[in-house]
Amino acid sequence: MDMTGEHRIAAPREEVWAALNDPDVLRVCIPGCQELEQTDDGRLSAVVVQKIGPVKAKFKGEVELVNVVPPESYTIQGEGKGGVAGFAKGAADVALAEEDGETVLTYSVHAQVGGKLAQLGNRLINSTSKKLANTFFDTFSDHLNGSDAPDEE
Amino acid sequence: MSDGIGARVKRKEDKRFITGKGKYTDDIRVDNQAYAAFVRSTHAHARVVNLDTSAAEAMDGVIAVLNGHQLTGDGIGNIICGWAINSKDGSPMNMGAWSALATEMVRYVGDAVAVVIADTQAQARLAAEAVEVEYEELPVVVTTPDALADGAPQIHENAPGNLIYDWEIGDQAATDTAIAGASHVTEMEITNNRLSPNPMEPRSAVAIYDEGEDHYTLYTTSQNPHVARLVLSAFYNVAPEHKLRVIAPDVGGGFGSKIYIYPEEITCLWASMKTGRSVKWTSDRSEAFITDAHGRDHISTAKMGFDAAGRILGLKVDTIANFGAYMSLFSSAVPTYLYATLLSGQYNISNIHANVRAVYTNTVPVDAYRGAGRPEACYLVERMMETAAREMGMDPAELRRINFIQEFPHETPVIMTYDTGDFDGNMDKAQAAADVAGFAARKAEAAARGKLRGIGYSAYIEACGIAPSAAVGSLGAGVGLWESAEVRVNPVGTVEILTGSHSHGQGHETTFAQIVAERFGIPIDNVQVVHGDTDKVQFGMGTYGSRSGAVGMSAIVKAMDKVEAKVKKIAAHTLEASEDDIVIEGGEVKVAGTDKSMAWHEVGLAAYLAHNLPEGMEPGLKEGAFYDPVNFTFPAGVYIAEVEVDPETGVTDIVQFTAADDFGTIINPMIVEGQVHGGIAQGVGQAMLEHAVYDEDGQLLSGSYMDYCMPRADDLPSYTLDHNTTVCPNNPLGMKGCGEAGAIGTPPAIINAITDAIGNNDLAMPATPQTVWRAIQAAKAPLAAE
Repeated sequence: MDMTGEHRIAAPREEVWAALNDPDVLRVCIPGCQELEQTDDGRLSAVVVQKIGPVKAKFKGEVELVNVVPPESYTIQGEGKGGVAGFAKGAADVALAEEDGETVLTYSVHAQVGGKLAQLGNRLINSTSKKLANTFFDTFSDHLNGSDAPDEE
Repeated sequence: MSDGIGARVKRKEDKRFITGKGKYTDDIRVDNQAYAAFVRSTHAHARVVNLDTSAAEAMDGVIAVLNGHQLTGDGIGNIICGWAINSKDGSPMNMGAWSALATEMVRYVGDAVAVVIADTQAQARLAAEAVEVEYEELPVVVTTPDALADGAPQIHENAPGNLIYDWEIGDQAATDTAIAGASHVTEMEITNNRLSPNPMEPRSAVAIYDEGEDHYTLYTTSQNPHVARLVLSAFYNVAPEHKLRVIAPDVGGGFGSKIYIYPEEITCLWASMKTGRSVKWTSDRSEAFITDAHGRDHISTAKMGFDAAGRILGLKVDTIANFGAYMSLFSSAVPTYLYATLLSGQYNISNIHANVRAVYTNTVPVDAYRGAGRPEACYLVERMMETAAREMGMDPAELRRINFIQEFPHETPVIMTYDTGDFDGNMDKAQAAADVAGFAARKAEAAARGKLRGIGYSAYIEACGIAPSAAVGSLGAGVGLWESAEVRVNPVGTVEILTGSHSHGQGHETTFAQIVAERFGIPIDNVQVVHGDTDKVQFGMGTYGSRSGAVGMSAIVKAMDKVEAKVKKIAAHTLEASEDDIVIEGGEVKVAGTDKSMAWHEVGLAAYLAHNLPEGMEPGLKEGAFYDPVNFTFPAGVYIAEVEVDPETGVTDIVQFTAADDFGTIINPMIVEGQVHGGIAQGVGQAMLEHAVYDEDGQLLSGSYMDYCMPRADDLPSYTLDHNTTVCPNNPLGMKGCGEAGAIGTPPAIINAITDAIGNNDLAMPATPQTVWRAIQAAKAPLAAE
């Protein structure tokens, strides 16, 4: 599954960058995230509950940031295991550009699912992922803006 | 006799099936019952780095979590393919190791890595989720061409380049020469789509180990319980045959997928011994999609050369067959002796050469599925014939007639000897029943409604009644393919037929009783057919390859011959007549031309009382027989499909479907028609709806009924059926077999009809609306460019 997107966030790039590296912010913004902790080696361990099509599962996984170029870009990659529901793994290249004091965030995701998730839910992965990404960025923007104003989208 | 051969008797077994009184494997309840749940690979190709079962073992109700190292450590053998095919260079096929539970490696999504045994099914499944498997992922091969590509990931160490064998049949040089001299050559690339079998009843197993007797019992969804016992005993070392009873009770459909002995049955038997509990496993539908052997999956290129008059000079075929991750029980035979040997179709072709390569991929193992090789051959030959007719501007029926074999026996260049047939007669009947003469008017009428109407033929032939044991043995089969039967006449005159055939939808309890009724003049209600239990029936090779009539019933006939001989001796002795004058008629054993007779049951009683038997005769009245066929049988027929395509959407309706079959002698026309109906439905499924699809990572995308499309009643027309009969000369009843014909003959008829309608021969199965619409657009494109 490949997906790209762009979101405009009404906040300075430094601020967006800091938030994107803050586990507390990410925990709040990632849909279904129950736990997100920074481990000693700098990785993040996460527990996320997701429903894709008929499959609902608790994914336990590890996420790490690589190719980190503050405050411009990083790649966030990880893998989550959902027991018999299967697994999901992938990587997203995230880049931040400044524009009129705001930040344009672009991302490009490549993800793979396996097991029951693929068998029963694969054709729903694209639409579900789009929806999850939008939810994430909506929440993320709201969080940064300190408001619950709806996103333009 | 009203219940005898040719009677449309309603099926005896249907009362219990339609009133919910059938007894299937999952209905078996035994003491001390525990349940198995399998931990399956979510990766298509990976090394198992670590298996952590500690959390699962600590869960409620969990009795044991067992793995592949324990299984192999206990001496349970690898799963084998039972038909040895050598490559053309003489080297043996490259069979990779397949353990019922994986040890180091997993090779397809669904490969079992561990099993949880627990008190309840829910506990077992929950604990299976808690088993932590750490995988090191490996590169994946999914498609047939990718498997043979340079540098492709290796799936089995002993199969370099993922090649299982490179096999050929026929004379390559002569075929090349014949095609080089042809005035017209038709060339096609033909793909036979991959299918998931979908018997209504999923697979299930109940394994019971009796420690006191050191004896195992396995209830299982099998088409061939004796073969299962033989293989479980001789190859998998589960238990010696005399310590293993296999029972296949009511089985709800098989279509080939229940021939094989799968990892789950082996594991349940072994786990029962390990845990001291009876172990039950029943597949759910999601599990079935990723564990039941898939069918077909061929890619072929073919060339057919014709002379100026349309006579076929030669056929050359190159096929690659996808076997999935492991070699299933009969996988090797399907694209070789069950496929390439039928490439002559119904035609007089002097030169045929076929090359077949079989390959491993990281997908579910592929094996025989209703038709098994013959649908692939028929689809190739019949699409070639129709396409060639169009290219040469000939009527497709006429091109077939020019080439039909007229004299029998006929030896093809691909080792088959057709015993009998009437191919023009089949065509005449099909064309008349389909009103081919009125097609042009129907097409014009459809055009007025904006629909594209097309007509397509398929003249199929298949080889059934598998098979003469010595012949298949010389070709690599690891078993003999005879059948056995026992006929027991009870003291009250009722009859039990013990047969090695297995009924899982075919209606044996009715048709087998009919041949007894015909012979002995007793009502079919007085006949009980006993099958599916290795403790009751001495031996049997089971039901597949449309063999239960031609082989299974022939064994019954042989046993009845022996019973009849003894009955006549007893009657002659009692009635003081010559044995030669005794006849059996209307439930009586008579002295011909006199009023002296005994009722049928009186003879039975006399045999068991033994108060007055001929000198030296043993008491009792039961006889057994083994029947080994002398040849395959060759059902053949002509199917004609008419479709209407909506050119705007590609939506295709089958508006007329005609089948004229030659099955030889028919015991029960209603049951035969049912078999044909079901076969056509499966053929339509393959042609228009069904497709097992993997993504590039080896994940099965069509893994549920949301994505795998089965035929439904409203996809199908009301069929027109007709029969032409040439009696098979090689078995006592003259039967040929009817179980697979529909699935074999139908796909090319449908695709030929759609391609006729849309004017583009390049169309792949399944012909979904999108595929048809694209083919319509592709046919338009050159015109638009002009």
